[in-house]
Amino acid sequence: MKFDKWTPRLPDPSKPKLKTSAMIASLGAEGLETVSAPFGHALNEVAAKNDKVVGMTADLGKYTDLHIFAQKNPDRYFQMGMAEQNLMMSAAGMAREGFQVWATTYAVFASRRAYDFICLAIAEEDLDVKIVCALPGLTTGYGPSHQASEDIAMFRGCPNLTIIDPCDATDVMQATHAIAEHRGPVYMRLPRGKVPNVLGEYDYEFKLGKAQVVRGGNDVLFISTGLMTMRTLDAAKELAKDNVDCAVLHVPTIKPLDTDTIIKEAQQSGRMVVVAENHTVNGGLGEAVARTLLENDLAPKFRHIGLPDEFLGAGALPTLHDQYGLSTDKVCQQVKGWLG
Amino acid sequence: MSSSQTSHPSNVSLEERAYNIRRYALRMGEVQGQGYVGQALGFADVLATTYFHAIKNRPEDPLWEGRDRVYLSIGHYAIALYAALIEAGVLPEEELETYGSDDSRLPMSGMAAYTPGMEITGGSLGHGLGIAVGACMGLKLKKADNFIYNLLSDGELGEGSTWEAAMAASHHKLDNLIAIVDFNNLQADGASTEIMSSEPVDAKFESFGWYTQRVDGNDMEALVQAFDNARNHTEEKPRVIICDTLVGKGVPFLEQRDKNHFIRVEADEWQLALEALDNGRANQ
Repeated sequence: MKFDKWTPRLPDPSKPKLKTSAMIASLGAEGLETVSAPFGHALNEVAAKNDKVVGMTADLGKYTDLHIFAQKNPDRYFQMGMAEQNLMMSAAGMAREGFQVWATTYAVFASRRAYDFICLAIAEEDLDVKIVCALPGLTTGYGPSHQASEDIAMFRGCPNLTIIDPCDATDVMQATHAIAEHRGPVYMRLPRGKVPNVLGEYDYEFKLGKAQVVRGGNDVLFISTGLMTMRTLDAAKELAKDNVDCAVLHVPTIKPLDTDTIIKEAQQSGRMVVVAENHTVNGGLGEAVARTLLENDLAPKFRHIGLPDEFLGAGALPTLHDQYGLSTDKVCQQVKGWLG
Repeated sequence: MSSSQTSHPSNVSLEERAYNIRRYALRMGEVQGQGYVGQALGFADVLATTYFHAIKNRPEDPLWEGRDRVYLSIGHYAIALYAALIEAGVLPEEELETYGSDDSRLPMSGMAAYTPGMEITGGSLGHGLGIAVGACMGLKLKKADNFIYNLLSDGELGEGSTWEAAMAASHHKLDNLIAIVDFNNLQADGASTEIMSSEPVDAKFESFGWYTQRVDGNDMEALVQAFDNARNHTEEKPRVIICDTLVGKGVPFLEQRDKNHFIRVEADEWQLALEALDNGRANQ
């Protein structure tokens, strides 16, 4: 959203008043059913069963829903200050002493600032640390300082690390239980606060390492992750009105990738494959799927919806999602254009 | 927190232990013709005090839950720690001939997955103290009374993460944490005080809320006293011992070498170094 900053930009009375670029923005459409702090409540259920569970944060307990855990488990909650490197080092040390550590911050700070500590202190030692991060991809209009558009690309490069990008409240709650049962380091992208609940109306259950067809269809196969599964499900409903029949394969585990299911679905001939992710087009799900297809001699018509290779703008989140092609409308428009 | 005094029932003096550590380090250096031998020679007295005066451990059971943990934040000092682990009986002496070689348990930089007694992988500097912070919090949560000794270096104090950890340690009142700083005034590009000075380093730690001591790290008596003070201190504070050491200590021609951060020694010099070490010992 670049413009000449020396030219005044005065309010345009003919347009609705611009919405602010608030830090925390709603991910779903207005009126959608939501669940409050699904991660915090699910973690409390996990902690009730396992007294080795501890929570740690770097001054973002309230903004990662970890305060729900802190209120119920004050003795197992550790505030590490505004110091993400310290958070990851301490999580490693705590895990070395036999605890399962749930460390929370924003995705930008975990990835850009603390990568070395996650990679070497935690992942290289295969420690039982769950790194749970709010504001993944483009989920805030606050500007590049808080937009983690490249976190998956960075973490895909880190061996041992499982990467989860859940779609909604149902996904978050089920994934929290599933990764608690999995021993080893995990990075999970977190929708926090009032989180939309959309998967409840489909026959879906989170399974670690598994991609699942949430909706069937013959013309287009969406392969999507994170909040983009919300968008592709909505887009599929819209496109059905134009007689475009879309399937949605939801891929909540980015690594290890469920290549078997991706290959099986892509083998169904005649469907255009559209990967959709809330992440830069570089190094995320799209490139992982493309490699999987090529290595298996599959060459369907392939398109990729993701964030551009640029530092993103500030503004209201719906405006930005529209501008960068992640809104339901833009997903529909792009698909129709590609189908010709 | 008080700690039961650990005794190592042995009539081998700490000076003898330090001499043996230096000798093992030189012999490993000879295997590769190079290495952080200067640091090992300088740090040997501190390691002797750590392993043979201060810590609780069981050489035959390196993962014994009741042990004090020794974290080598300075992974490039691995050669020094291997020497101490050989002297402690954790590693067999014959294994030193594999140092830095293919299939060895003794890689040139310390790797926790490779070596018994190597508690953490510390090669990327600025990690150890923070991992120690978390582990000390974990030990307290378990109501265990073990100490964590974190070995770090003056150059490492340039890493901001070390100071994040230092702040957290005092905030969380980690009196089971004992940091040992090898202050040898040497890092990759030259003297630490010229590259990025951390002085006055004792005042810095003190202002961060640590119980701080600074000693001659090649004076065994001073080291023993400082370690005792650190263990027995009664305030709920993390403890640090800043040890001023001499790179190459014990081998005069290495003490005086200009470029001794990462020493390359000619093949014929290793024998000379061992002889110099022996001569110095004979003259003590």
